[in-house]
Amino acid sequence: MAVPDSGDDLTRLTATETAAKIASGDVSAVEVANAHLDRIRAVDGDVHAFLTVDEDGAIACAESVDDKRANGEPLSPLAGVPLALKDVVVTRGLQTTSGSKILEGWIPPYDATITRKMREAGVVILGKVNMDEFAMGSSTENSAFGASRNPWDLTRTPGGSSGGSSAAVAAFEAPIAIGTDTGGSIRQPAAVTGLVGHKPTYGGVSRYGLIAFSSSLDQAGPFGRTVLDTALLHEVIAGHDPMDSTSLDVPVPPVVAAAREGAHGDLAGLTVGVVKELGGEGYEPGVEAACRAAYAKLEEMGAKVVEVSCPHFGYALAAYYLIAPSEASSNLARFDAVRYGLRVGDDGVRGLEEVMSLTREAGFGAEVKRRIMIGTYALSSGYYDAYYGQAQKVRTLISRDFAAAFETCDVLVSPTTPTVAFKLGERVDDPMAMYASDLCTLPAPLAGLPAISVPAGLAAAPGGGPELPVGLQIMAPALADDRCYRVAAAVEAALGVLADKAPLLEGAK
Amino acid sequence: MPAISREEVAHLARLARLAVTDDELDTFAGQLDVILGAVARVGEVAADDIPPTSHAVPLTNVLRPDEVKPSIDREMVLLAAPAAEDGRFRVPRILTEEE
Repeated sequence: MAVPDSGDDLTRLTATETAAKIASGDVSAVEVANAHLDRIRAVDGDVHAFLTVDEDGAIACAESVDDKRANGEPLSPLAGVPLALKDVVVTRGLQTTSGSKILEGWIPPYDATITRKMREAGVVILGKVNMDEFAMGSSTENSAFGASRNPWDLTRTPGGSSGGSSAAVAAFEAPIAIGTDTGGSIRQPAAVTGLVGHKPTYGGVSRYGLIAFSSSLDQAGPFGRTVLDTALLHEVIAGHDPMDSTSLDVPVPPVVAAAREGAHGDLAGLTVGVVKELGGEGYEPGVEAACRAAYAKLEEMGAKVVEVSCPHFGYALAAYYLIAPSEASSNLARFDAVRYGLRVGDDGVRGLEEVMSLTREAGFGAEVKRRIMIGTYALSSGYYDAYYGQAQKVRTLISRDFAAAFETCDVLVSPTTPTVAFKLGERVDDPMAMYASDLCTLPAPLAGLPAISVPAGLAAAPGGGPELPVGLQIMAPALADDRCYRVAAAVEAALGVLADKAPLLEGAK
Repeated sequence: MPAISREEVAHLARLARLAVTDDELDTFAGQLDVILGAVARVGEVAADDIPPTSHAVPLTNVLRPDEVKPSIDREMVLLAAPAAEDGRFRVPRILTEEE
């Protein structure tokens, strides 16, 4: 796809192209890092993707990649490629806030497993990017450090909770990024910014060093502008980790091979199920039209497209907003004003419990407090059976719906989000409207399944302004992440790379 | 389901160690009422014979050899603490005078 005025701008390259140029000696990793740091300086005032830019760390990492190459040592497939890292992933020696005042200034004493894996692969971490506080939200408006903006329309959200990750990649501040997905926090931001984003099978990527939100749902995963870039990053971070007892001790699905295969656009023999319940009322016509056009492309490429019914998906939102807050209320008990982070009101007279309450009151934002209280309520005796217990049963029913659908289908598809990117401020005072952003993305994590969002073109924005990206979601059985990538790559081959059409933004070449 | 009262929100906040303000109590009471009303739908479908799922992937207990390895350096850990003294976390008073 032609890119206007891209010239030899290193920030316009894919991760795959960048790694090849570094490996061949066309450019140095330091030049690539500097080009992206310049780009951050030029546009991040508008986009506000980054909370912390680690210029020294990025250059040092790039230099070590250049040294390795000079010494003739083998380079990993993403060596020297810059990356934006969600601020929920801990980084030794580099501030990690999880988007919260309660952790402002916290310098982790260790690296997350995925941080270590990326460092070992020579991936250049440019810095830490914005997110809704503790990954609770769908717009980044719950960040204690201000919202990020969608490069396609700066008055709109880049999605959430991994909205700093999506904004950074869509604004060409980094070619790839890491996010985390609990109820859709990778796929929804990828969809509304024209990117590819994948939530791996639960247990496929280590959670060691992720600041926990909802432990039975949280998974880290990759963002990219292309399916292949996304798959390459997936392979770097995936795999068994003895430090995470929920990590699966099985081979990593062959996602890179699947992305290459899918790019040939041959889907003969594949059955695709369109989930009936993920559409209709509440879905924008432009979103549904773009997805229908993508389904037609799948058929043209040889896939059989059928409608399937998953009758309990309509209950996913209710189950999720009980299970996730319940686990969060327990996980966030660790912020006790003792071992790390903020302490408020310690005047030598007040006792520990009062200091703890004052600290949590001052350090947590409104959405985090709401969810802690919802979780506390749902887990309290007398209400447990009616709320948390019932939600766990719904989880079983959703898994059964998936199992039934996968008896006849290889993958399931739906829009990733019911609407295109909404305006900042539009849903911030209405928690239920904000939660509705995740309608389509909630079933997969409740069942532990992999799911990807891939661009399906543009649709009109309600309220005017430029046309905005639409995401197509592809869900697969556990550990069949490669199927997600194969179908996504076929969609990309048919429709083109959408991110290249994003506005260049002020300061761009 | 019963509406959530201001007093119930205050009770939840105490349980969760959140020193919420009076204004917050008003806002949260309204919002929690709407949210809990919406999520109560889970009661419509989940029958008695459906087993609960706490975790989507079947897991067994994971054991590893008990090997002695260095842990994170104490200095590094205490650097991140709100207050430290004599190589330990310094905490506010835990017992009240009556205790």
